[in-house]
Amino acid sequence: MPHQNRTLVDIYRKMSLIKQNDDRFIAVIKAGKLVMPYYSVRGQECIPAAISVRLSKQDTIVTIYRGVHDMLAKGVPTKLLWAELAGRVTGTCKGKGGPMHVTHPESGCMVTTGIVGASMPIACGLALAAQVRGETHVTIANFGDGASNIGAFHESLNLASVWKLPVVFVCQNNLFAEHTALRDGTSVVDISVRAAGYGMPGVTIDGNDPLAVYDAAGVAIARARAGDGPSLIEARTFRFNGHVVGDSGDYIPKAEYAAAVAADPFPRYRLYLIDGGFASDAELDSIDGEIAREIDDAVEFALASAQPDLAELRRDIFADELV
Amino acid sequence: MNEVRPPAKRAAKVSTIQALNWALEDALEADPRVIVFGEDVADRQGGGIVKVTQGLSGKFGDLRVRSTPISEMAFVGAAVGASIAGLRPVVEVMLMNFTAVCMDQITNHAAKLRFMSGGQTHVPMVIRTMTGSGFGTGGQHSDFLEAWYCHTPGIKVVAPSNPTDAYGLMRSAIEDPDPVMFIEHMPSYWAQGTAPERGIFVPLGRAAVLREGTDVTLIGYSRSIHDILPVAEKLGTEGVSCEVIDLRTVSPLDMKTILASVRKTGRAVVVHEAVRSFGPGAEISARLHELLWGVLKAPVQRVASKDCPVPFSKVLEQGFIYSHEEIMAAVRKAMAG
Repeated sequence: MPHQNRTLVDIYRKMSLIKQNDDRFIAVIKAGKLVMPYYSVRGQECIPAAISVRLSKQDTIVTIYRGVHDMLAKGVPTKLLWAELAGRVTGTCKGKGGPMHVTHPESGCMVTTGIVGASMPIACGLALAAQVRGETHVTIANFGDGASNIGAFHESLNLASVWKLPVVFVCQNNLFAEHTALRDGTSVVDISVRAAGYGMPGVTIDGNDPLAVYDAAGVAIARARAGDGPSLIEARTFRFNGHVVGDSGDYIPKAEYAAAVAADPFPRYRLYLIDGGFASDAELDSIDGEIAREIDDAVEFALASAQPDLAELRRDIFADELV
Repeated sequence: MNEVRPPAKRAAKVSTIQALNWALEDALEADPRVIVFGEDVADRQGGGIVKVTQGLSGKFGDLRVRSTPISEMAFVGAAVGASIAGLRPVVEVMLMNFTAVCMDQITNHAAKLRFMSGGQTHVPMVIRTMTGSGFGTGGQHSDFLEAWYCHTPGIKVVAPSNPTDAYGLMRSAIEDPDPVMFIEHMPSYWAQGTAPERGIFVPLGRAAVLREGTDVTLIGYSRSIHDILPVAEKLGTEGVSCEVIDLRTVSPLDMKTILASVRKTGRAVVVHEAVRSFGPGAEISARLHELLWGVLKAPVQRVASKDCPVPFSKVLEQGFIYSHEEIMAAVRKAMAG
């Protein structure tokens, strides 16, 4: 548990940013100002918020198409993220990546992949580089419950364990793989038990409890930094807006959905901070207000930015521009 | 560059295996960012199934040269990650058919990350892989699959035909800032050729004119060069003057060299071991027809393997791959055109 109020408030700040940003993305998409497939992260705020306060700028993450929360928590600037999602030349990737491929090495967000399971082999490689160079940086491999059923998960956990790579596998288990419920597509109740098959520690935690995430991340990151190898954290959570914006969510049992929304981690954590005397209502309101303005600026910046030049089609294929 | 070893260490003739071993050794020596991994590549596992990596783990240590589990998806993906982090991984995917099990990491990630990141990251990795029919290895251990990768923007495809090029192209591939699929022809691994001068770099994307001629241009790479050269020799005695181009890099194509030659000869025959349909021969032929229409004296001919999986039976295997007679027939057809 983080004993310093500052850390608790830092986690809140990240959660507020992720939540407000997600709400705004959806509003802007629904208003027809941006067109993209958007995989909402609402409901999963706690996980990267509480992990990222354990990370340095040199630590790296790999995330997936549902990864805007991971990016923001790691420090990808809101403005650049919005511009990328708007496909503008000012975006992190000059508008060439889009929501599923945001990259921002400066903040340690090295790869975002649209392929289920592909984050894990790449995370092994980032961790391998740290190991070869004798650095103590760690890599966080984010993925969902669905990805724990693809071969890359099993190959990567085995490789990371055999090579004692400084990587933490974070399975953000939101209970649905696209439209298939965990129970219908996964052989085990707790994905974390799979860690034992690869000789590494595995824990299942409440991913909607920032303190539980903070503690589990602390243990796994310390183990990785010490050169003792990888860990698997299964953080249980829920996605409030279905697989992709526009998804009706008909396949989610109504009672299950209602219970998840009633346990919304964001207001719950806010209440925890106030009730525990870690922060005042006014302080948190002020943080929310700052973030709202930051997002206003980001939206304005993105929509006012120039479209990329068609010459970009010849650039970044190889180091030399195509002729 | 131009690092020359004492002559005592150099044999006049070496195999491609030896040349590649030297290239990896010299690259590991020259650049601490270079790491080598793949199945059985370390000395404890025998230094690679054909010994290309023999001695490297002993000399450079287990941190930089290591054997992997049989997990192509994980270790090729790990090479992607390590190269993004600034290393220069050279990974061995034992056989080209096995690249199919890690296609996602090659085509969706290695080849695309520079573009999708807007140039913020790049993937300077080399995938070494061997292939080739003739050893009775059947349908899943022998295919030339270069067309798959040539059809993927963002990855270069290299296929040397001799030890010197193997050495020089490998050194260049490792130094190249982008991913390279490096195809080694297994049946000619042991063939002796001129020993490379250690330290030389053969540039990627540059073909070599191996034989000058005036009547027809024969274009090949990897194995087919071993077939084209004797055929060109024979045709020479019959009064047909053949120019021979070894592409060395299949993608990107060295169109400058190809066009200069075909402009001169007016005729071209492309020969490759990959199956005929949708192969590199089709691309080269299409480009020549687009760019040299009116200059060509005959349609471009293609000689390739039959459009079927590589068969096991020796008789079928020999029938699968083109024969020297087929190359000659294609040249005669071009000459008659």
